[in-house]
Amino acid sequence: MKEKLHQLKLKYQGKKMAPAFNALHTFLYMPNETTHSGAHVRAADDLKRTMNTVIMALVPCLLFGMFNAGYQHYSAINGFPENFSLFDHFLTWENFLVGITTVLPLVIVSYGVGLAIEFLFAVIKGHEVEEGYLVTGMLVPLIIPVDTPLWMLAIAVAFGVVIGKEVFGGTGMNILNPALTIRAFLFFAYPTWMSGDKVWVHEGVQRAGTADAISGETVLGSLAQGSDYAYSLSDMFYGFIPGSVGETSTLLIVLGGLFLIFSKIASWRIMLSAVVGALAMGLIFNGIVDAGWLPEYSKFYTLMSFPYWQHLLVGGLAFGIVFMATDPVTGSQTNKGKWYYGFFIGFLSVMIRVFNPGYPEGVFLAILLMNVFAPTIDHYVVKGNIKKRLKRFKTATIYPKASDEVDSLKTETA
Amino acid sequence: MSKDIRIKKGLDINLVGAAEQTISKAVTSNVYALNLDDFHGITPKMLIKQGEEIKAGEPLFYNKNNEEMHFVSPVSGELVEIVRGARRRILTLKVLADKEQNYVINKVPDLDTADADTIKTYLLQCGGWPFIKQRPYDVIADPEMTPKAIFVSALATAPLAADPDFALRDKEQEIQAAVMALSKLTPGKIHVSVGSSRSPFNDIKGVELHKVSGPHPAGLVGTQINKIDPVNKGEVVWTLSAQDMVMVGELLLTGKFNAERVVALAGSVVKEPKYYRTKIGAEISTFLYASGVKEDRFRLINGDVLTGVKTHTEGYLGFYNNTVTAIPEGDDYELFGWNKPVFNKISSTRALTFSWLQPKKKYDLDTNTNGEHRAFVVTGRYEEVFPLDIYPLQLLKACMVKDLDEMEQLGLYEVAPEDFSLTEFICISKQPHQQIIREGLDLLQKELG
Repeated sequence: MKEKLHQLKLKYQGKKMAPAFNALHTFLYMPNETTHSGAHVRAADDLKRTMNTVIMALVPCLLFGMFNAGYQHYSAINGFPENFSLFDHFLTWENFLVGITTVLPLVIVSYGVGLAIEFLFAVIKGHEVEEGYLVTGMLVPLIIPVDTPLWMLAIAVAFGVVIGKEVFGGTGMNILNPALTIRAFLFFAYPTWMSGDKVWVHEGVQRAGTADAISGETVLGSLAQGSDYAYSLSDMFYGFIPGSVGETSTLLIVLGGLFLIFSKIASWRIMLSAVVGALAMGLIFNGIVDAGWLPEYSKFYTLMSFPYWQHLLVGGLAFGIVFMATDPVTGSQTNKGKWYYGFFIGFLSVMIRVFNPGYPEGVFLAILLMNVFAPTIDHYVVKGNIKKRLKRFKTATIYPKASDEVDSLKTETA
Repeated sequence: MSKDIRIKKGLDINLVGAAEQTISKAVTSNVYALNLDDFHGITPKMLIKQGEEIKAGEPLFYNKNNEEMHFVSPVSGELVEIVRGARRRILTLKVLADKEQNYVINKVPDLDTADADTIKTYLLQCGGWPFIKQRPYDVIADPEMTPKAIFVSALATAPLAADPDFALRDKEQEIQAAVMALSKLTPGKIHVSVGSSRSPFNDIKGVELHKVSGPHPAGLVGTQINKIDPVNKGEVVWTLSAQDMVMVGELLLTGKFNAERVVALAGSVVKEPKYYRTKIGAEISTFLYASGVKEDRFRLINGDVLTGVKTHTEGYLGFYNNTVTAIPEGDDYELFGWNKPVFNKISSTRALTFSWLQPKKKYDLDTNTNGEHRAFVVTGRYEEVFPLDIYPLQLLKACMVKDLDEMEQLGLYEVAPEDFSLTEFICISKQPHQQIIREGLDLLQKELG
């Protein structure tokens, strides 16, 4: 097997299809490439391992999302179970079956379309297939409503990969997070499929207007309309609430985040500062309400009076902070810059949430906005280093060249 | 009085096959060779023709840009071959050694009274100058310039590198002579960094002694410069390796260019890794096979595994090297190597890699890149092993896009390619950092002179 594939690789070498073959080959075997210049030994990590680690952190969210798709569907039909039991009501085959039939196709379409475009560009441009889409392809199904039509997803993925990434030169060169670019495309092109109280529950849109109509509003959606929601704090924390496929379980997201921090793959600085930023904005809003500056009839009242720390439990904030804000390519690249970058993501997310009741979720917009500003933040951080160097330069001890001295002597005597 | 410098950021790469601290005398080599690539940026002009006889210490060629700068033969004998490459560029000069060695005996300057020009001229004429390197640009020092300080690193933290405390013991006299001479060449200080109390540099007079500790790259002179007295735009510092101080010192004391050097032969492929006494340019096989090798196919490196130059069993000891390393080649496939847990390789992450569990364990690394070349993706990782007050990723990118202003502003003056050997080692995108920096330095030198 190893030998045969090696022969095949040599056969394809230099041909147009080589990148496509190599992409598949390197998934099976780590390549036989050895060092040519510089350090003769290299550390064990490569981009595939890095991306794979992020995917491992996402798998629990995906599995939970599958069960939750079924749970929300059946609960919308039969009502939420009293005396909720994890194994009787949540981790059941019926729930999983709904997940398999709704979530899995999203994953397949996301990966299928995205990777096909990646392969196509690699073959046309003659570079290796880069691994960036492995994570993007997994993120996309987790941040959209469960019933998003597959053709819509396919178009959005094609748009996101081509415009969001490939036109800039592929993985490592893009300015905006590709997964969020896809999400934003869906949001602006098909807004009715991305918000409202029907889309979060499987079959909610299909059944609308019939006698069997079902619905499920997200916590944020309810708050934006000033109405109450029926979920307890523990529901929100464990994730038994409606929402995009993978974003609901704060517990699993936190575990995934801790795993990424422990494995040193994602930046703890961004995560921590984003949490601080979100809490800060939440506290400011709570303070405004407590001070009585906001009349109760204001349409922002319910969202502003929502306890500040609970913002982290609902919507996509936790998911965005852990998995999207920490994208190293589109985020701030300096350690100092990461503090500012993360803080503003958290801060702006909660702000957009409160002031944008038409669509009460601001995380993806906040992250995309900060993606745009990340290079600016880095610019100023790096400038600090440059200034320090310039300051040092003032005390520089520079001796003239030996030949210059002779020249100056000559001119003096002449 | 010594000043302590503690380096926190970095990574010690512990490899199996460290040289045992015993010195054997290597078999005398038949042919000695100078590899011209060792002298980066020097265009050689030959002084003797092929087939002519030469004495040890007699000039073989000079620097086209500075006729006074001579490069001398390590041994006496016949110049048997001038190996040329594309455009007749000289690659290697081979000297067939005489049985009885004849040395040129130069007239030694009086170190107490000699002035800077006398020392300079002596070192330039007698072949001692190429041991002095300069920053910026990491090239052989320009004798026209006056450095603000001279730096010597007398500790080695690179993996399997020769230990100067052991290899240079009892050389205090030579070192003191070199220090006396070099102190005439700079109005500033001579900074020497040592790692232990065993160092032969501890009792040398006329130097600023620094006690340096911490993980690699604490032993790289670039790290020490950055912590002690960083290079500013327009400034020049000179650097010498500890073992080259001894060579310069002997040249000043005896008038003889003695190319003898103690070299560590190390690496997991070597059966009996230990130290050998040999000469610059000697055939590596003269001591490699004395220690024996465990396999037929391996990577032979002139230098340490991070900064050395690839060579082969018919190769010759490099001009600046005091370590020769042999490690396994890694040109094999590994099934699911990218996602399975890794226990036998070093990693700076914990992404199913477990080297963090045993920081003291010694590893047997091969030359496999452990992944393919990619664009820069991950951020914040280089900073953890890069103790210099410089933004490594930003500087590398500035070099790649050839932005001269930014290269200057971000501190390219201060670094040498070797300072980026550790970031290259941990690079997830497998980018050639040292090559990028080398090309950046060359460009900067070409544009700004």
